[in-house]
Amino acid sequence: MSEKQAQALGRVETRLAGSGGQGLLLAGLVLAEAAGLYDGREVAMVQSYGPEARGGASKAEVIISDQAIDYPLCTRVDLFLALTQEAADAYCWDLKPNAWIIVDSDLVSHPPSSKAVRLPFTAAARDKLKKPMVANVVALGAIAEITGVISRRGLEKALLARVPAGTEALNKKALALGAKLARDAAGQAPSEGQATAHTEDM
Amino acid sequence: MAKPRAQLLQGNEAIALGALAAGCNFFAGYPITPASEITERMSREMPARGYPFIQMEDEIASIGCCIGGSLAGKKVMTATSGPGFSLMQENLGYACIAEVPLVVVNVMRGGPSTGLPTNVAQGDVQQARWGTHGDHPAIVLCPATVAQCYELTITAFNWAERFRTPVVLLSDEVVAHMREKVVLPEPHEIEVIDRRQPTVPPDWYVPYKTDGSLIPQLANLGEGYRYHVTGLVHDERGFPTRRADEVEPFYNRLFGKISRHFADLERVKAYQLDDAEMVIIAYGCTARAAAAAVRIGRERGLKVGMLQLMSIWPFPRRPVEEALTGKRLALVPELNMGQISREVKRVNDGRTQVLRHGKMDGSMITPDEILGRLREAK
Repeated sequence: MSEKQAQALGRVETRLAGSGGQGLLLAGLVLAEAAGLYDGREVAMVQSYGPEARGGASKAEVIISDQAIDYPLCTRVDLFLALTQEAADAYCWDLKPNAWIIVDSDLVSHPPSSKAVRLPFTAAARDKLKKPMVANVVALGAIAEITGVISRRGLEKALLARVPAGTEALNKKALALGAKLARDAAGQAPSEGQATAHTEDM
Repeated sequence: MAKPRAQLLQGNEAIALGALAAGCNFFAGYPITPASEITERMSREMPARGYPFIQMEDEIASIGCCIGGSLAGKKVMTATSGPGFSLMQENLGYACIAEVPLVVVNVMRGGPSTGLPTNVAQGDVQQARWGTHGDHPAIVLCPATVAQCYELTITAFNWAERFRTPVVLLSDEVVAHMREKVVLPEPHEIEVIDRRQPTVPPDWYVPYKTDGSLIPQLANLGEGYRYHVTGLVHDERGFPTRRADEVEPFYNRLFGKISRHFADLERVKAYQLDDAEMVIIAYGCTARAAAAAVRIGRERGLKVGMLQLMSIWPFPRRPVEEALTGKRLALVPELNMGQISREVKRVNDGRTQVLRHGKMDGSMITPDEILGRLREAK
């Protein structure tokens, strides 16, 4: 068992952060349902947002554990997803050393660590699926691939139970795209970074 | 038969579902962060069952509407947050003196006034007790988990109906918006209590004349029994009185119908208190941090336990006294400047050092803060 797999078994604190409207609360909800209802683990999720109707900082925190969860908020984060630079800067101060850090490579130009996995969620959703709004689902696909804190199967079931009817195929594609982005990036040497081909389209 | 299904439920949704399980068949409210999800859920669930859901023009009208619904025999609830709860205070007193069963959910956010709409706080603890003017009894329940949101909403309805009094469910932003995996009980596992009805014919009916229970058997308006409802102190027939020999028994009965059941109204949960030298007394979301502090503290060899208050008014004096007995130190963490620590100090016999840990920055108290405070005090 790899160190990362072992890390995924105890209390795992995940934080999904970005801007209001990027779908992070939905992503948190799907992550929590995947872990809690389909993988059979204990989960607690809290959300935080500002008074704005859209925009503004938004984050969801999901605690996944094999034991009953007392404190429902993150104290030392194991898994951090940031979809904006603002979120990456605001919510990176309590990461565990060795935490998984996953950022949108186009929207986060300065990730909190050089070890961060930089993937073009929004650009890929826009260019490959023609639906930038599924960037959150692409990110979930990458999270399952990279971390193993949730099973791919559980994630897919939870996602399909949540999304509006008629969007199942799109969402499945988005999950697969996220997993592929993660696999492709893992194939490259981490030090090279993941400068993407999509940036020139912006 | 299908296996009971676990679901991921938000605290606010659990309150709505708990209300339905308790038999709520009338809801009037006005949405407000962080309580809106209760109103939202009820706006879908109530019409689907053929029950009235009314979005009123404000919170004064919402609670007024509920009082009317309750007098007509409905099991009623409204849900709000600080600013709305302030507006409801006058009618809360009316429901108390007119003995109208009513459940009011107040999801606490930062105050006073508009305060911090999306942030957590526990600043309404004393308001829930003393917000309406005049001395009066109050029953206030305080959940810390999604499962407790469901369970205590049912309790709130049962107690409102049993004692014919308003009951406040005091939640907070973290508990309200937190989602947890829960398996809700089957309907047959849930105890539901409905208000008693008069057994005498309408001609013999004396509305506020009570038997040994001290609780009047008020008829549902519209069913042929006539009586007068007023916010003035009233006699057994429901009409205003200033006669000392009627006023004093009235107040005695109003308090007595609840105070004689104090022991039944104490809801607490003890965590690892048996061998503890220090006790954390906490409620609402803060109890979650306290439970984590107990777990981490125990791992580090601290003999610390926790008493969670699920009912805060009437103040659960006896279990708190028991929890304080023999402890060196008690710490009361809360998201205000000491509203419950003051009560703990009041019931403390002086042998235990009681410290408060107040926080008012819009965020939750962390387990580390609690442990740090215990370490300082050691």
